[in-house]
Amino acid sequence: MRYHRPTTLEDAVSIAATASGLTRFLAGGTDVLVQMRSGMIIPDDLIDLKGIAGLREITTTAEGGWRIGVTISGAELGSHAGFRRDWPGVVEGMQLIGSTQVQGRATLTGNLCNGSPAADSVPGLVAAGATVEITGPNGAREMPVEEIPVGPGKTSLKTGEIISAITLPPRGDNGGDAYLRFIPRTEMDIAVVGCAVSLRVDGRTITEARVALGAVAPTVLLVREAADAIVGTTLDDDALAALAKAAAAACRPISDKRGTVEFRTDLAGVLARRTARIAYDRAIGVSK
Amino acid sequence: MSKIHVTTIINGDMAEFLADPRETLLDCLRDHLGRTGSKEGCGTGDCGACSVTLDGVLVCSCLVLGVEVEGHRIETIEGMANGSELHPLQRKFIEHAALQCGFCTPGILVAAKALLERNPDPAEEEVRYWLAGNLCRCTGYTKIVDAVMDAAAEMRGAA
Amino acid sequence: MNMRVIDTKFRLVGTRPNRPDGLDKVTGRARYGADFSLPGMLWGAVVRSPHAHARILKIDASEALALDGVKAVVTRADFPTGLTGEDWNLQENTMAGDVALYDGHAVAAVAAASALLAQDAARRIKVEYEVLPHVIDVDDAIKPGAPAIRPGSGDHSVPPQEGVHPDMVRHNVVRNIEFGHGDVEEGFAQADLVMERTYKTEATHQGYIEPHACVGQMGEDGKGEMWVCTQGQWFIRRMCAAVLGTDAAQLRVTPSEIGGGFGGKTTIFMEPLALALSRKAGGRPVKIVMSRSEVLRATGPTASASMDVKIGMKKDGAMTAARAEFRMQGGAFPGAPVDLALYCAFAAYKIPAVEHVGYDVLANRPKCAAYRAPGAPMGAFAVESLIDDMCRELGLDPIEARLKNAVREGDKSSYGPTFGKIGLVETLEAVRKHPNYSAPLGPNQGRGVATGYWFNHGGETSVSLAISEDGTAQVSIGTPDIGGTRSSIGLMVAETLGIPYENVRVNVVETGALGVNEPTHGSRATFASGKAAVIAAQQAIGEMCKRAAGEWGIDPEAVEWYDGAARPAGSNAGKFPPMTIVEIARKMGSTGGPISGHHESVPDGVGNSFGTHVVDVEVDPETGRTTVLRYLVAQDAGRAIHPSYVEGQFQGGAAQGIGWALNEEYVYGSDGRLQNSVFLDYRVPVASDLPPIDTIIVEVPNPGHPYGVRGVGETGITPPLPAIANAIAAATGVRLRHLPMTPPKVLAAIKARADG
Repeated sequence: MRYHRPTTLEDAVSIAATASGLTRFLAGGTDVLVQMRSGMIIPDDLIDLKGIAGLREITTTAEGGWRIGVTISGAELGSHAGFRRDWPGVVEGMQLIGSTQVQGRATLTGNLCNGSPAADSVPGLVAAGATVEITGPNGAREMPVEEIPVGPGKTSLKTGEIISAITLPPRGDNGGDAYLRFIPRTEMDIAVVGCAVSLRVDGRTITEARVALGAVAPTVLLVREAADAIVGTTLDDDALAALAKAAAAACRPISDKRGTVEFRTDLAGVLARRTARIAYDRAIGVSK
Repeated sequence: MSKIHVTTIINGDMAEFLADPRETLLDCLRDHLGRTGSKEGCGTGDCGACSVTLDGVLVCSCLVLGVEVEGHRIETIEGMANGSELHPLQRKFIEHAALQCGFCTPGILVAAKALLERNPDPAEEEVRYWLAGNLCRCTGYTKIVDAVMDAAAEMRGAA
Repeated sequence: MNMRVIDTKFRLVGTRPNRPDGLDKVTGRARYGADFSLPGMLWGAVVRSPHAHARILKIDASEALALDGVKAVVTRADFPTGLTGEDWNLQENTMAGDVALYDGHAVAAVAAASALLAQDAARRIKVEYEVLPHVIDVDDAIKPGAPAIRPGSGDHSVPPQEGVHPDMVRHNVVRNIEFGHGDVEEGFAQADLVMERTYKTEATHQGYIEPHACVGQMGEDGKGEMWVCTQGQWFIRRMCAAVLGTDAAQLRVTPSEIGGGFGGKTTIFMEPLALALSRKAGGRPVKIVMSRSEVLRATGPTASASMDVKIGMKKDGAMTAARAEFRMQGGAFPGAPVDLALYCAFAAYKIPAVEHVGYDVLANRPKCAAYRAPGAPMGAFAVESLIDDMCRELGLDPIEARLKNAVREGDKSSYGPTFGKIGLVETLEAVRKHPNYSAPLGPNQGRGVATGYWFNHGGETSVSLAISEDGTAQVSIGTPDIGGTRSSIGLMVAETLGIPYENVRVNVVETGALGVNEPTHGSRATFASGKAAVIAAQQAIGEMCKRAAGEWGIDPEAVEWYDGAARPAGSNAGKFPPMTIVEIARKMGSTGGPISGHHESVPDGVGNSFGTHVVDVEVDPETGRTTVLRYLVAQDAGRAIHPSYVEGQFQGGAAQGIGWALNEEYVYGSDGRLQNSVFLDYRVPVASDLPPIDTIIVEVPNPGHPYGVRGVGETGITPPLPAIANAIAAATGVRLRHLPMTPPKVLAAIKARADG
């Protein structure tokens, strides 16, 4: 295995574009090293991104949103008061990954690019309407985050392409987001079901919403019908019931060692209700 | 496969070693630097027995490559005591019988120290969640939590 | 909160001094199995079958051997033939012969100059398999027509296959036991309520955090050395020698510190491979460290069980009859602890008529090893769950009903022996008095009670004690220190000698330094090594009294030992000031030579240990997730030499039981491969999963031990499985009979009940 530590994005792209064999990027390494250790994936070229300046920053965008560098760790994301205030759901999703030790290294981008259907950080990003900036041999482009994962372990990135930043739109007034997942223990499990809700209110009425479900399909689902069920409501019991039903209906889960089809479908509805409640309370200012 | 020369600072002392790029920091600490206090329990970042701090951040050394620590600062269990003076956490662990086989103990001590540096007055629940990545199969965690809370209290009193 | 029932009247026994190896363990200095290296050392890696059942057609190691730095490859061809019985089983498990018997079964091993190179080389060893049908579940494996595993492995209790009606041929049954007493049909007829249910548990792993690791060195002359993390260095020695066809005495095995065992490190797995590779590599030492995935796939989990239990009970709770049929699989080898499970199943109760039937069944899974009271937790899960349901049905308090039937001193047990002094009643009463038992419960919360039992064990013991020139003492024991025994033994010896605790050094020694010792298992270390250490100390005391008598010119019978010194026994013996151990030791070279004591035996007087647990849980009715709110252990320790380490055993056993009850299990795919071979999906409890575990140390001293000790390590894992099932039943109204009680199972049961 060849280990590279480029100092610019261009060098990283160039190494990746011209490498033959198996190439992996290394940010936090909390997925890559596990895969290497098990013999599952032994890269021919490992490209460490942590030597590239400018990738380890959280900055605000001109519109009032956020730009998160790809080598920002979960711990760093969580301790950024400003970002946390705007997007607590995104932070929650990121910070539920693994242990305190894993948080010291794991990154949003790494979690996204690993392509697990159960990735904890992805539903929150999708619900927030996040985009990714991709730098490749042919320049840079922007894409919605939900178009990156295409199946278990697979992304839509082409050879030589690197995600150089994740961008969150401005939170906007009277908005709130949240992420919940179900795991059998209290920590250290992969999500059996994950749900993120981001919404905005006018008074006590929901004016816009995005509902994303994780671990119930090959990729994260953005469930339009679930959002429709609560927009225009005050999240009363009827709205919650309709939300749960829509979430359950959208699921296409499998049965595996972590849960059955039936269980995941039930939990999707339960979590949708509970997550929407938290996002709503945050939006109306009850709890921040 | 040629090895890479790495220079780093471990527990305040300069250290250098030759690493195969595939070797983890844990492998390098144990096999090249003679520091066997950090343990491998799982190799997948699930048990925390390999916990060290990297530039002051608590990490699993099995999830860091040896070649990644060039120029960085590492603290391991071997550096926790100040010469012959044990850290209050170490003393309290012995006092409270917070170890049975002792295999998870170095990782838990490093993790607990990182917690108390960040929050000197944690509630019990915070201690348990902070240590969720440190598996112990012997104690059921009760005496571990007691020891951490007691050490925290002593450190607050002395401060 | 921790409580003790009886106060100690000893100077040291019952106190809580620091353990002598504490400093090494909190500084990272202590050396465990993988922490040892030797000059010229090679690293070993093992090639393992990816199939649950397959004929091995060909092994081609040429590509591996061609790599620079690869020094040796071994296969079964490098091992002797002609072994029988358990030696054959061990050899077969160490390295597959013609057939790979489970996913993870070792088929070849390689030694190379580095760990990474060894793993790369292992990947280049090509093995050709012919995949065979496999069977995983115990109830599938016992059916006639199931794929036959290792035909001919059954013992005398199983009818030979020829001459038996084909419908009765159960290929994979290797042992069948039956025992009991009384007339169960009569007993059931007399009962007011008879209930019969079936329970299932899945295989779990001891889950020690330290993977198996060893450094082995063997020359072509068959002389060898090994450094290994083990619970029993003599077992390792004997088993390696048997499997390799070498002499036991020529192999010296040194135990390292051990990072947990719980029974799983009382036997061999890859240790002979290190020695075989070493011998083939010209005697260079070979280090093998298992990965976590290898540990879960290819060491010794516990058995899985399918159990039918039937109990007859009168309205007032008195049990009239009980019947148990247990089917257990312990992998592709005989040894599922179905006998032990049945012995313990009804042991807590005085029942006039009992019948037990057991089947040890083979399946394509790893060879099971002991796991903390092997068999007993499964049996307790079944029996204590059924008793709980019956109490509910009859409107009886669970503790009162157990007190009504509880065995006491002099009662004949369900499995034969008559009980001596035991403390079951005391644990039930202690729990009843404790605040946890009356703590208020909220919505979706429930309380469960259960009782458990383990006989404990004596076993071969050799201990040696020597007085040093400065009057301090050293004790050599053969039982590795897993949970603080150096401290307990030190306390007992210091107490006996009348010297400070700090003046005793306890060493855990290698096989060359003592006679045979059984491992630290069976909750025996504090009991057996402790008893032998006390007797050895008394022997040394006898010798020291003789030296004093010699100097005083009086009869040795007229000298007694008190407070660390020899003194005349009574005023008739003469007026001499006491001669301290320091004074005697200083001149021992000229008064007769070194002063020692030693003791070898299979000690009798083992004390059984009963325990009662109470647990409160809350179950989320929408997700089926169970949270443990409160947990209380009351267990009879006989005498707690070091109470902190007794409490530690109680808490550790409870934690393992909680994991087993709620989340831990071996998950197999339809291809017979283990799907959860890392800690991510083999879910042991983490710190945030558990509440503080409260303990009550009950002390009904065991007359068979000089300080009243009963082993405590194992009983603690026997009540949690049913206690939690009972609590979940109380919280939700649904009874689960298949472990683990994971959220999907609980939610499905809750929904089924709601649907009527």
